[in-house]
Amino acid sequence: MASRHPAWSADAGQQVIDALPVHDRLILPVLQALQHEFGYVDEQAIPMVASALNVSVAETYGVLTFYHELRTAPPAAITVSLCTAEACQANGSRALVADVERSLAPIGKRTADGDVEVQEIFCLGNCALGPAALVDGRPLGRVDLARLTDAIESARREVRA
Amino acid sequence: MTTTVYVPGDSAARSVGADEVAAELARVVTERGLDVRVVRNGSRGMLWLEPLLEVVTDRGRIGYGPVSAADVEGLVDGGALSGADLPASIGVVDEHEWLARQQRVTFARVGRIDPLDLPGHSGRGGLAGLRRALEIGPEAIVQEVLDSGLRGRGGAGFPAGIKWRTVAQAQADQKYVACNADEGDSGTFVDRMLMEGDPFTLIEGMLIAGVATGATHGFIYSRSEYPDANRVLGAAIEAAYAAGMLGRDVLGSRHSFDLTLRVGAGAYICGEETAMLESLEGRRGMVRPKPPIPALEGLFGKPTLVNNLLTLATVPGILSQGSEAYVALGSERSRGTQVFQLAGNVARGGIVEVPFGISLRELVEGFGGGTRTGRPVRAVQVGGPLGAYIPASGLDVPLEYEAMAAVGGMVGHGGVVVFDDTVDMAEQARFAMEFCAKESCGKCTPCRVGAVRGVEVIDKIRTGVDRADNLVLLEDLCDLMTDGSL
Repeated sequence: MASRHPAWSADAGQQVIDALPVHDRLILPVLQALQHEFGYVDEQAIPMVASALNVSVAETYGVLTFYHELRTAPPAAITVSLCTAEACQANGSRALVADVERSLAPIGKRTADGDVEVQEIFCLGNCALGPAALVDGRPLGRVDLARLTDAIESARREVRA
Repeated sequence: MTTTVYVPGDSAARSVGADEVAAELARVVTERGLDVRVVRNGSRGMLWLEPLLEVVTDRGRIGYGPVSAADVEGLVDGGALSGADLPASIGVVDEHEWLARQQRVTFARVGRIDPLDLPGHSGRGGLAGLRRALEIGPEAIVQEVLDSGLRGRGGAGFPAGIKWRTVAQAQADQKYVACNADEGDSGTFVDRMLMEGDPFTLIEGMLIAGVATGATHGFIYSRSEYPDANRVLGAAIEAAYAAGMLGRDVLGSRHSFDLTLRVGAGAYICGEETAMLESLEGRRGMVRPKPPIPALEGLFGKPTLVNNLLTLATVPGILSQGSEAYVALGSERSRGTQVFQLAGNVARGGIVEVPFGISLRELVEGFGGGTRTGRPVRAVQVGGPLGAYIPASGLDVPLEYEAMAAVGGMVGHGGVVVFDDTVDMAEQARFAMEFCAKESCGKCTPCRVGAVRGVEVIDKIRTGVDRADNLVLLEDLCDLMTDGSL
């Protein structure tokens, strides 16, 4: 399934960096802008960011690897985030994760077709309606495997369209 | 005559089908040729009733919930648009016993309004706090906040007025206001709901803080896990600029204030104020030693007022109603209200804003109606992963800063997570330690290394390896981690 992000290129990356307003010319916001555009931060971008901000490559790499959400490889077409924090545990998220790992993909991995990536997330702020999930950016509450599968199917349809 | 119907756009409501309800309602009224205006409000916080549809009638707003898209046609045909008494009806929402027993101060407007309707905000008492602040000036604002007894709502409970005064008295060419909306503890969702349901009140609170302290630039540090909140807040900031509420000469005064929304990238530690400042500067979210305190040397080394979102969002009400009204609420040294969040395995979860001093039992059993599974309560987690699990036998503790500290807990951000008797507490302990290991910023050795060792020790205890000795070791390790880390 096609990615919704344009392919990385150094020229396009430089444009993203140059377009940022002055107060966003800090390591984290620049990396976030690159990830927003390309879906991930390409390795090639690291020295470009360092040079644009006049900081070291090591410092840039340090920020990139500190934050769980910043990624260095392209994402799958659809991302499924399952909340595994305490309030969702109280509502059965451990059983849900076990179901998902059995029938979809292990946490941190993709489904066999490569289209769906499953990850765990720590708290979506939907703690009274758990287990909570985010499917392709869409919030889901009171999730079980059936509801999750439905949401993934409708996300697939949207991506194809 | 146009009938107004509210369908929440809050992400919790959306997570259980509010968008589908709104779409189906639009389809049915178009098909029937009915004159209906659908407003997407925030949530009232009665989350077990979501999606909660509200119809404006002469008697007040009549609620129906929980409603699914499949119910909509039947509701319309059954007369819901004139407030008919149907099985899904909960009557006049404001008179619902769950809401009527609360005192909504910080959450006064959340769920009642279209969050992005600025004229509507102003019409419902919004901006009154800011206008009064501009009129009375910095010193009087700080005095009002001091007199209110307001304490920081992020967890530590530091008196807000003292912080405000410190920043106000600091001399610098530039000062900042930084709002901590990095609500990472499980069981907390009040920041999210306020950003989604009443963002102008937060903006107003930031502006008042700016006027009081002399800060001319504010930052809100939100979470990437909250896409809806960030979208609504971003739109509200834009609207506030367009209306002259932000930018140069705020509401025609001589004060200027810029506001920037920053979003984190999934690091729990950034909810700690100094790690948040590091992250706002674009770096790794590593904790800074104090002193220097952020009030004197904070963001970019400048005096910075760092407050929790809830603290800032409470200030407009204090300014408009006066500190006397606020201080009259609450108990002992915990004044005013706290916005508690009932979460986890609870029958009636959601937002409970009441004066401090309510017992945990009243919250869990009275408001919450016990567990959702109907089984006995085993433990209640208060104050997130770094707070405490209170056993079922300890539920009579009053929720206020000092009383909670006395039993080794903390009110924290007001999140209350209920577990039934199927929970394995050793597994929860392991999770907490594993979480610390994953989320440690790595600055202090006791936390960085200790959390990893802690998981190993808990595993040994759970499998019965030198149980007694390892329990002593674990206790010792926990003390060391607490005392030996920033």
